[in-house]
Amino acid sequence: MKLLKLQRTMARALMQPLTPSERMQDRAPDGRPMRAYAARFIKPNDRLSSFERLEIYNRQYWFRLLSSMIEDFPGLRSVLGSRRFEAMCKAYLVDCPSRSFTLRNLGSRLESWLRKHPKWAGAKQALALDIVRLEWADIEAFDGKAEPALRPEDLAGAAGPNLRLRLQPYVQLLSFRYPVDDLLLAVRKEDEDTDFASNAFQERRKRKRVQAVAKLKPGAIFLAVHRIDYSVYFRRIEPEEFAILGALREGKTLGKAIDTAFRKSLIAPEQRAASVQQWFQNWATLGWFCKVEKKAAKS
Amino acid sequence: MPANRFNGFTDYGIGIGLRATHYDHILTRKPVVDWFEIISENFMIDGGRPLQILDQILEQYKVVQHGVSMYFGSAEKPNREHLRRLKELVKRTKTPWVTDHLCWGSVDGRYTHDLLPMPYTFEAAKLTAQKVREVRDYLEVPIAVENVSSYAEFHDSEMTEWEFLNEVVERADCGILLDVNNIYVSSQNHNFDPATYVNSVPAERVAQIHIAGHSKYRKYILDTHDHPVIDPVWKLYERAVQRAGHTATLLEWDDSIPSFKEVHDEALKASKFLASTVLATAV
Repeated sequence: MKLLKLQRTMARALMQPLTPSERMQDRAPDGRPMRAYAARFIKPNDRLSSFERLEIYNRQYWFRLLSSMIEDFPGLRSVLGSRRFEAMCKAYLVDCPSRSFTLRNLGSRLESWLRKHPKWAGAKQALALDIVRLEWADIEAFDGKAEPALRPEDLAGAAGPNLRLRLQPYVQLLSFRYPVDDLLLAVRKEDEDTDFASNAFQERRKRKRVQAVAKLKPGAIFLAVHRIDYSVYFRRIEPEEFAILGALREGKTLGKAIDTAFRKSLIAPEQRAASVQQWFQNWATLGWFCKVEKKAAKS
Repeated sequence: MPANRFNGFTDYGIGIGLRATHYDHILTRKPVVDWFEIISENFMIDGGRPLQILDQILEQYKVVQHGVSMYFGSAEKPNREHLRRLKELVKRTKTPWVTDHLCWGSVDGRYTHDLLPMPYTFEAAKLTAQKVREVRDYLEVPIAVENVSSYAEFHDSEMTEWEFLNEVVERADCGILLDVNNIYVSSQNHNFDPATYVNSVPAERVAQIHIAGHSKYRKYILDTHDHPVIDPVWKLYERAVQRAGHTATLLEWDDSIPSFKEVHDEALKASKFLASTVLATAV
């Protein structure tokens, strides 16, 4: 068998989901008995059949990928429940196998996939999509690029409505229908508290999680997922802040960004200038702006 | 042979794998360690804490890069994005040599994130060696390939694993990261004499040695890196350094990771074997 054909044959088998009892399936991807499929290219030995040897890799593949998903999406797991979450992950990974050299990117297509497959979240679809987006933003913010931060002296002679400010690449701006930041922080706190918990404690924790999810009422929030001293934080922001920052990220000038933000604002006109000043001060203190490009500043 | 062209003519001594659970200990206590091995992929990112930690480590320690997903044996071209990011990291760490596994793990752009065994064929050896050369030319650092633990063998194989290793490294003119634990694990899973393997490796190409623990099951052994090194593996290590000399040695401990001290103490057990090579050279 040519190398490429052998690798395709083996990969197809080991990427095939395990049975409910976490064993290799009896049927190969082509519908033939898996025992015959494995025996075509894998040698048996005195202790293990070809099937059993292939099964070691099949199980390792799924254990490794599911562990990675559990680690990256504890919030979604709490929304769906462990069993449903694992079943969903299997379906997702069958449709969207990893196309990256790093497991870090394993969940990169989960939001779009979940959107197309609403059956997994059912009535909790909006909540599930919200939490997936937050968990993915958390990953992106954790190791996203940071450019030199803007300093006041960088703005000398450049300030004004035509200024274009760039946001740090690691800052993620999101709007949600549910207050999922609270939910995710609660889930993480429980995980930290129960690292060495007893079974009874784990059961109570499970019940608490279910209650927390059941209690979560819709409530629109706007969030910036960002870093301070290399740790990721969730910062709630006003809708107008979200609009300004979003417009700046799109490359709009300062003047246009502010105009757009206040078009449907409930903030009284006389308070707007003070709000904008305060927001910019906060964002600058948090280091959210990158150094201005000279060319852009002059335009 | 300790310092050779496959490890950038360095003489690194005994190191351990840099793992997140030990970051605090390393950065606050600054223990004396010859060198750290990093998993390249964990740092092939754009920014954030991992790179900040790495930069602090680089200020005080020597670092060597070890990859887990180059997949020299995959029958597809190297991933350009992977190579670009790897080269960026090489520039950052100034690693004297780069290692990855003699295995495959991706096909048609789909990644298994596993170290899958090769069929030991001449076709595979030729393709793998070509890929090693391409990667080395792009990265501009010496490369050493590591033998993996395996749980399956292929009908297609035309030679033994060590013959395949030799075929690849000769064709690629690259180094070897000799993992004596992997040799032991595979020898138990495939019924061969591990000493024959160690004795058959071209000693002059050994750039580095890995030692590790594993888990024994009823019908096979799994390379889990979650236990101390067992005596038969130390014996293989002893033989390897008798042949290759005072070679850079690294203990891998990746799961159920104990304290920094316990991991480092386990690694330092290698020193008595390395010392004997120095004595042997002296007499």
